[in-house]
Amino acid sequence: MQVNPWALTSVGLVIVVTYYLGRRTSRFARSTHDFLVARRTVRSRRNAAAISGEYISAASFLGVAGLVLKEGADALWFPIGFTAGYLALMLFVAAPLRRSGAYTLPDFLEARLGSASLRTFSTWFVVFIGILYMLPQLQGAGLALKTIMPAPAWVGSVLVTVVVAINVMGGGMRAITLVQAFQYWLKLFALAVPTFVLCVVFFGSGGSGSAGSLGQQPPPRFTDDTTVSIETDVVLHVDRPTLVRVDDEETVWLPGTDYPVGTGTELFFAEDARVPVVADGALTNESWLRPTKDSTDLLSTYSLMFALFLGTMGLPHVLVRFYTNPDGKAARRTTVQVLLLLGLFYLFPVMIGALSRMYVPELLVTGNTDAAVLQVPSAMVPGVFGQILVAITAAGAFAAFLATASGLLVSVSGVIATDLLGGKVRDFRVATIVVAAIPAGLAVLLPIDDLSLTVGMSFALAASTFCPLLVLGIWWRKLTWLGAMAGMSVGGGLVLTAVVLGAISARTGGWAPWFIEQPALITVPAAFLFTIVVSLGTARRVPDDVNAVMLRLHAPDPLGFMRDRAVARFGKAEERVRTGKGRHRK
Amino acid sequence: MTDDFYRNVGGIREPDPTLGKSVQPEPAPEPVLPEPEPPPRVRRQRVVLAEPSRSAGSLRARVELEQQTSWGELLIKDLIKVQLRSGVALALLVLAVLGALPAVFFFWPSFTDLRFVGIPLPWLLLGVAPFPLLFGVGLWYNRLAERHERDFVDMIEN
Repeated sequence: MQVNPWALTSVGLVIVVTYYLGRRTSRFARSTHDFLVARRTVRSRRNAAAISGEYISAASFLGVAGLVLKEGADALWFPIGFTAGYLALMLFVAAPLRRSGAYTLPDFLEARLGSASLRTFSTWFVVFIGILYMLPQLQGAGLALKTIMPAPAWVGSVLVTVVVAINVMGGGMRAITLVQAFQYWLKLFALAVPTFVLCVVFFGSGGSGSAGSLGQQPPPRFTDDTTVSIETDVVLHVDRPTLVRVDDEETVWLPGTDYPVGTGTELFFAEDARVPVVADGALTNESWLRPTKDSTDLLSTYSLMFALFLGTMGLPHVLVRFYTNPDGKAARRTTVQVLLLLGLFYLFPVMIGALSRMYVPELLVTGNTDAAVLQVPSAMVPGVFGQILVAITAAGAFAAFLATASGLLVSVSGVIATDLLGGKVRDFRVATIVVAAIPAGLAVLLPIDDLSLTVGMSFALAASTFCPLLVLGIWWRKLTWLGAMAGMSVGGGLVLTAVVLGAISARTGGWAPWFIEQPALITVPAAFLFTIVVSLGTARRVPDDVNAVMLRLHAPDPLGFMRDRAVARFGKAEERVRTGKGRHRK
Repeated sequence: MTDDFYRNVGGIREPDPTLGKSVQPEPAPEPVLPEPEPPPRVRRQRVVLAEPSRSAGSLRARVELEQQTSWGELLIKDLIKVQLRSGVALALLVLAVLGALPAVFFFWPSFTDLRFVGIPLPWLLLGVAPFPLLFGVGLWYNRLAERHERDFVDMIEN
């Protein structure tokens, strides 16, 4: 891949602006209260943009288009689930969670159930989910950098880690709020502009792409003689007999057979050959257009909906942003605006995914479908203008990695600093370094998987561990800490088992049924069931202050029952008079 | 150094609250001890001004809520119940609409061949339609929840 100077410039610009905004806003961050929850003074409009900015990760920005390219209509459930998760969060969690006055998820559980051991236990789950979610962001950064310049994948991962860690160490939550809000608008722009341009090109060319129109039955085809070099092992399928030259050896591939192709292989296809598709993708355009073709599809679609709908509320970096609202009512209003912002954004990756099926079919052969957003502009619009469009999408992609990684870093190091260390600002900084180093190391070492799928697993894990605790903790008085622990162990254990089985099955022939790949439909009800049954069995352990806590969670804000637990523990952020350093503003 | 003495509003120093009034019992101890004493006096004045809006009845209701008398407990339980009920109802509505889609596509495959302005109907139903639905439901719940809370506060204050 040759160097794209425009894209390099735009990515550099995004990194510089991110650093500058973070530096500027973290100037007044001094206390733990600033670092954890930005003093709880973030207004709902900015907070909504920041939440959306942080939430639109590599999986949304690159992954959704990639999945649409590969799987077609079934992939449209990802954006729906990503958005609907906020509705569930709003209906059941947002306002009461903010009123609890907690500053991390483990802190909320301790406030509600009064158990220090539950707090420690959930801390480890937060750390695990956070790192699992951070991994695809960093890997995505490596992938994106590789498409715009010849660099090994680890350079991108390390670059993003360093920028984010510097910002977070400077001001914690205070530093990243404005950055994330800015990055939402940047991402919207970076996807909307290329989409409009590409749509104009598309309709200008008579409504069918170079690889054939989507209305045709058979798979897309190559427009020129094409050489595709495979960079990770894939298994390919064809729909009709296709002449292929594999490393200078001519063969004919037949429908219905698996063709495993190893790393480093070069495939040559003549003009007009039909495009083979990686094993789990939709082979023909007809099956690509049609959602839910068999009963397995039906069940795994429901399972996916379940995971995304309920998993959002358990993601640590999403929850931590809700603690920054001034009160419960603002938390609810923030969520409404998030629904609007996300709905607006997700229109675009779907369109890009559909266009890329017509213009960059070779991605279906390499399996590297996540690069669709970055490659389709230059495939459709040749020359400098195409490169500028690539530069815009690349800037958006880096904004996505930076925003999500910084949110995760703040939430996980906040949890570690307050639960495992002393909770001082210095502890927060130490935790940041440790938490940044682990996923960066893993991202360099582990192979890259589909971005949305890894993220899908983190959603399933969050839905099966924290979702039952939050929902039951907020609405059900009889929850006990033993029940919470049991539910979390069962739900988390089942999902982790599914992950391990899925990994084994992927290496031994893909025998796993649908519920191994999408376990939420089984694990979430199991977690709820165990939580409820064990709680009822240990009814003596219902905390004594449950009524007082419920009052605090649900009493409307004007009555003033809210207590800030961060202030109670770390003291109020002292209002420094701004003349302190001789620096006057206004 | 005298910056701490007067209240700052948005970085702009407020004028002395006693300015122009004919009350001036103490001349000026500020140059001697500017730091510890004066600010509370300014603040105390504000609290007194804010107090009359809350009636004695509302104060009693608040205390009852806080002390968890059976009446207070019942009140808050009712509020929780009504909030939960509207949340669950709206969640079921959304689940019914979205959950019906895969079933329709599966049991009625010819439905997926329908087109609207050249675009297959399932793509419109999945790619565009859910987002306004989710936003609308969000708005609706926000209004419901805020109304419940306002009713609750009104009831407490009377």
